[in-house]
Amino acid sequence: MAVIRLGPSTYQFENIRILAAAAVGGPKEGQGPLGAYFDSIWSSELKDHASFEVAERHLLLEAQDLAVKKSAVPWESIDMVMGGDLLDQLASTNFAGREHQRPLLGLFAACAVFTEALGLGAMAIAGGGPRNVLAAAASHHMAAERQFRFPIELGYQRAPTAAWTATAAGACLVSGSDAVTGEGGVSVESVTFGRVVDWGSKDPNDMGTAMAPAAYDTICRHFEDTGRSIEDYDQIYTGDLGVFGVRLLSALAQKDGKHWDERLDDCGRALYAIDKQDVHNGGSGAGCSASVFSGFIYNRLLKKDLQRVLLVATGALFSPTTYQQGESIPSIAHAVSVRRL
Amino acid sequence: MPLIFLWAFIIGGLLCVVAQLTLDLFPLTPAHILVLFVVIGAILGGVGLYGKLVAVAGAGASVPLTGFGYTLVTGVGEAVKTKGVLGLLTGGLTAAAGGIKAAVLFGLAASLVFKPKV
Amino acid sequence: MASQAKQGSQKMQEYQDMANQMRPRKPLLKNALWAFFVGGLISEVGQGVQWFFMQHGLSAKEATPPMTVVMIGIGALLTGLGWYDRVVKHGGMGGSLPITGFANAMVAPAMEFRTEGLVLGVGAKLFTVAGPVLAYGLAAAFVVGLLRLLITGVA
Repeated sequence: MAVIRLGPSTYQFENIRILAAAAVGGPKEGQGPLGAYFDSIWSSELKDHASFEVAERHLLLEAQDLAVKKSAVPWESIDMVMGGDLLDQLASTNFAGREHQRPLLGLFAACAVFTEALGLGAMAIAGGGPRNVLAAAASHHMAAERQFRFPIELGYQRAPTAAWTATAAGACLVSGSDAVTGEGGVSVESVTFGRVVDWGSKDPNDMGTAMAPAAYDTICRHFEDTGRSIEDYDQIYTGDLGVFGVRLLSALAQKDGKHWDERLDDCGRALYAIDKQDVHNGGSGAGCSASVFSGFIYNRLLKKDLQRVLLVATGALFSPTTYQQGESIPSIAHAVSVRRL
Repeated sequence: MPLIFLWAFIIGGLLCVVAQLTLDLFPLTPAHILVLFVVIGAILGGVGLYGKLVAVAGAGASVPLTGFGYTLVTGVGEAVKTKGVLGLLTGGLTAAAGGIKAAVLFGLAASLVFKPKV
Repeated sequence: MASQAKQGSQKMQEYQDMANQMRPRKPLLKNALWAFFVGGLISEVGQGVQWFFMQHGLSAKEATPPMTVVMIGIGALLTGLGWYDRVVKHGGMGGSLPITGFANAMVAPAMEFRTEGLVLGVGAKLFTVAGPVLAYGLAAAFVVGLLRLLITGVA
């Protein structure tokens, strides 16, 4: 096991597999085109929990528990849990940790946290540390709205570029080759860790514009460091650039003479039926990329519909305070290359 | 009298159109616009214009939040008439008291009775 | 370094310009029309309520405060039932500007933050939007009243 530094931002590993993955979603996510790929769909946003925040931590716990169960590795043998959410002080991740009692590395990268966790976990295993890492992320629409925007019953009009924070969680159990048996599976090949990119966007109702430059920066660095190009991938899935953000990413690539359109897709755009579910730009949230990967993309990889995917989760690193103080919205994107063996 | 019903609709609607265009064309939140319109209502009320609008359009002028600004400044004016300078401080709030108290009471009641839906 | 920074900010400006061009527009006309009809309708309801009070012997001026209370009650009820957010979603400021919208702005946060308790949740959140409106409304009324007093000698 080794970690090979391919370049300034990218690390490659051998024999790191995703043993199991699980995705849990809310009712709206269940009604979307990827509904069938969720392991569990909640019948309501609250599901009898005391608050939306409490609901979010149970969403996360359920995804984590399902992934662990599927992997046949007992909870006591899970060496590390890595992950994050959108709430202040990572409440969901920490309170879920209080339940599972495994060593916990809480991470914050807004909606980019899932790939940060996946990449960091793979790197830690490959470096000869933990035998396995449970990487997970979650978000909840109502909890996010309370913290970032408005109380739910307060009437307000959403802009065409506004995104819908997904009520969803995704978890992957990553492991070194020792624990893996038999026929292939899905491996985590490399990770390109992003840097903070801020091109002056100021509108929190248009995250696509804020995050597209970060996605572009990370994807370009990934290609540079690995010596690959887009043809080496069946699909690049960005996290939550949404309908408009993907168009901007495509335009940025075109300006540099690259044609990415046919292989570019977005978890937030794929999660909902854009024209029917009234989500405007599409889904967003830490749980968006986590659940779409852990359900839909992972399953397609297993079935060999996809051979190699670059998952580029994107996050907007602002807070209500920085926004009110007139700051722009810096963003980050972490990319993980995943392959069907 | 029926005419006031027509003007109520038109003036109320037009005030909302101005607010909507402001929202769509400038980077302001609805809260900013509500503050702006209350202040505008107070100013227009102070110079005597808003009172004329109320006479013509009735609720079309008093229901939009500009009407609240008008109520506040009218209250101040009347308090100054009866109490002198002290009225500058006591006037606005007393005029709006009914509305504010109702909103607070209804708010408390609603939060105890209802649960938010998606 | 300096020219790099200048190139950088030029690239950013070009990107923002490109984004501004490509961005899906807000439907200005549709929003304005909806605001007109929803705002007009709510005002009409208010006019009806006011007329009802006038039928019971109140003058137009006397009927306005009870009409206001009724409208606030309607806004609060529709918020509690979970319907008012739809009024604003379609009507925009046609839903937010009338006094029913103001009630919604008070009631919604209060309902929403009940999980944080009656004092720090419900109590404090009642004034999230109402606070600035009251603060600046009262300030404006004070200033206007003062100016009138100073300029005209009367209220």
